[in-house]
Amino acid sequence: MNDMSQDGYVTEDGRQIGGVMMEMKNITLKFGGVVAIEDISFDIREGEIRAIIGPNGAGKSSMLNVISGFYHPQEGEVWFHGTERPAMKPYEVARQGVARTFQNIALFEGMTVLDNVMTGRLTHMKSGLLSQAIWWGKALQEEVKNREVVEKVIDFLEIQSIRKTPVGRLPYGLKKRVELARALAAEPKLLLLDEPMAGMNVEEKEDMSRFILDVNDEFGTTIALIEHDMGVVMDLSDRVVVMDYGKKIGDGTPDEVRNNQDVIDAYLGVAH
Amino acid sequence: MLFRTAGQFKTSYLKDQTLFPVRQDAILLGIILAFAWVIFPLTASEFTFQTLLIPVLVYSLAALGLNILTGYAGQLSLGTGAFMGVGAYACYKMITIFPEMNLLVAVLMSGLFSAFIGVLFGLPSLRIKGFYLAIATLAAQFFLVWLFEKWAWLYNYNASGAIQVPHVEMLGTPVAGPQAASMTQYYFVLVVVTLMTILAINLTRGTQGRIWKATRDMDIAAELIGINLLKSKLTAFAVSSYIVGVSGALFVFLWRGAAEPNLFDIPISFRILFIAIIGGLGSIMGNYMGAILIVALPVVLKTLPETFGIPISSATVEHLNVMVVGALIVFFLIIEPHGLARLWTLIREKFIIWPFPH
Ligand SMILES: Nc1ncnc2c1ncn2[C@@H]1O[C@H](COP(=O)(O)OP(=O)(O)OP(=O)(O)O)[C@@H](O)[C@H]1O
Ligand SMILES: [Mg+2]
Repeated sequence: MNDMSQDGYVTEDGRQIGGVMMEMKNITLKFGGVVAIEDISFDIREGEIRAIIGPNGAGKSSMLNVISGFYHPQEGEVWFHGTERPAMKPYEVARQGVARTFQNIALFEGMTVLDNVMTGRLTHMKSGLLSQAIWWGKALQEEVKNREVVEKVIDFLEIQSIRKTPVGRLPYGLKKRVELARALAAEPKLLLLDEPMAGMNVEEKEDMSRFILDVNDEFGTTIALIEHDMGVVMDLSDRVVVMDYGKKIGDGTPDEVRNNQDVIDAYLGVAH
Repeated sequence: MLFRTAGQFKTSYLKDQTLFPVRQDAILLGIILAFAWVIFPLTASEFTFQTLLIPVLVYSLAALGLNILTGYAGQLSLGTGAFMGVGAYACYKMITIFPEMNLLVAVLMSGLFSAFIGVLFGLPSLRIKGFYLAIATLAAQFFLVWLFEKWAWLYNYNASGAIQVPHVEMLGTPVAGPQAASMTQYYFVLVVVTLMTILAINLTRGTQGRIWKATRDMDIAAELIGINLLKSKLTAFAVSSYIVGVSGALFVFLWRGAAEPNLFDIPISFRILFIAIIGGLGSIMGNYMGAILIVALPVVLKTLPETFGIPISSATVEHLNVMVVGALIVFFLIIEPHGLARLWTLIREKFIIWPFPH
C-alpha cells in the first residue's frame, strides 16, 4: 500500500485519496443474544471506493445500517468529518450527505421513476407547505431547479426512456439502477451501496460497475459498497474490509486482502 | 373526442409538470367545469340541488380529505365522521358567538380546529400502523361523538341536543339557515370545494406529495432518504383533517341545516371511506367519481323502476343500495384497488394510442 498518512494516499490508478471522512471506532452491535458486529474499527477516506466483504450473515448490512443511523451500536463511536456523531435518526444522517441503496430494493413502488428519483432531492427542499399549496414562488423555483439535477442523474444512468414508468412495472436490474439514481440525486458526500449488483447478469454487472466508477470519478463521491462478487470487488475498490461472524478479519488493498490467510480460511469455510 | 399526444412536445420541465400534459384533458375539464358552474345550477330543480348536487360536492370534499391521509400518506382512518363533526361544531360556535362573522371565513377556519384535533389523534401513528391505527382512529370517533353529546356548551345548551343553523347573510343574501336559496348554497359549496381541490392537487403533485407517497410505499426507506416520518404523518393528519373539517362545516351549514351528534357517527365515516375506495385511493379525481356514484345510486335505484312503471318501496331501494355498494367495494378492493379513477385512466390510455395500439 502507498503512503497512508493523514493526508491520504495515491491509488494504483493514480487517483488522489483524501483524509478520513468517516471513522468507525470499536463498534459493537447486538440483537439480544446475537452479536452482529463485534469491536470493529475502520475508516473511509475522502474520494475512495471502500468495499466491505464477508460471508452471509457476517454483519455487513448491519454495518451500513449503523453508518446510516438506522441501528445504534451498544458500544463504539462514529466519527464524521472529524467530529464524533451523536446518536442520530436516519433522516438526520441523510441530511448530512449520506445516501444509500438497499440489499432488497426499497423503491417507492406506487410512484413513477421520475418521482422516485425526485424523492432523492428531498433533503435539498426547503419550501413551506403554503408555498407548495399555491404552487407559486419558492416551491415552483425549487421544483424546477431540482428537476434539472434529477434529469442530469437520469441522463447519467441512461434511464431517460423509463422516466414516467411506475417503478412497480420495471424489471429487477432496472430497479437497482433507479435506486442508485435516487441516491445520486441527493448529491451525497458518502454513498453506501448494499450489494448493488446482486442478482444481475454479467452485462448488467458491467454497466453497474461502470456507473459506480464514473460516479466516483466525475463527482468525487466517496463510496462504501458491499459486494459478494470478488471479481467486481477487486476491480472497483481501493481498500477492502473483510468481516466474518461480526468480526473484522482483514483490511487493506484488494491484493493484500486476497493473500490474507484468515480471509482465505473464512471463504473456504475452515472450521472456527 | 380523441386523445392525441402526438405533436404535443414539452419544451421545459415546468410545462412537463403542468396539470394537463394532454390538451384534450384540459378541454374535457373545461366541459365538466362548465356543467358544474353554469349548466347544472341553471337547470337544477330544488330536489336535484338537495339530493344530488350539494351532497355530491360535500361528500367529495370529505373523501378528498380522507384520501390525502389514506390514499397518499397510507394512514388508514375510520374517524372521518367525527372530524367532520369537529368542523361543524367549530363553525356553529363561531357563528353563534360572533354573528357578524363572514360565513366563508368561519367555514375555512373551522378546518383549523379539526386539523388540531386530527394531529392530536395522529400522534400514535408513529408507533402503530395499519389495522391498529385504524382502531385508534375508531377510538377518536367514539370519543368525539360522545363529546358532541355530553358537552352541552357545544350545542348552546339546546334542549334537543342538536345544533340548528341560524340565519346567516353574506352581502345581503341569505346563505345559511331556512331562508337560504339552494342555488346560493350550491355556489358557496362549489367555491370552497374548487379552492380546496386546487390546494390538494398542488400539495400532492410536488414535494409534500412525494414525501407522503414515500411514507406510504415504504416507510423505512423513506426515513433513510431523509424523510422525518413523524412530520410527514402529522402533516398528513393536519391537512386531511383540515379538509374534512371544512367539509363538515359545509355539510351542516350549507346542506343539512341541523345536526344531531349521531349524524357524525360511524355510518358516515364508512360512507366517506367507501367513496374514497370506489373512487380510487391516491387519486384526486376519484373522489368526485366515487361521490357521484354513492350519492346518485339510491336516486337512480328509486327513479329508474318508477319510470318503467314498476312500483318499488323505499325499503327495497335501501336494501338494493346496500347490496350494490357492498358488491362494488368487494370488486374494487379485489380487482381494481385504484378505483374508478384507474378505470378512467385505462380508457384514456386506450384513446391516446388509438387508432394504433402498438
Ligand atoms: N434487525 C435484526 N434483528 C435481529 N438480528 C439481526 C437483525 N439484523 C441483522 N441481524 C443478525 O445480524 C447478523 C448479521 O446480519 P447482516 O444482515 O448484517 O449480515 P450480512 O453480512 O449483510 O449478510 P448477507 O450477506 O446475507 O446480506 C445475522 O446473524 C442477522 O441474523
Ligand atoms: Mg446484507
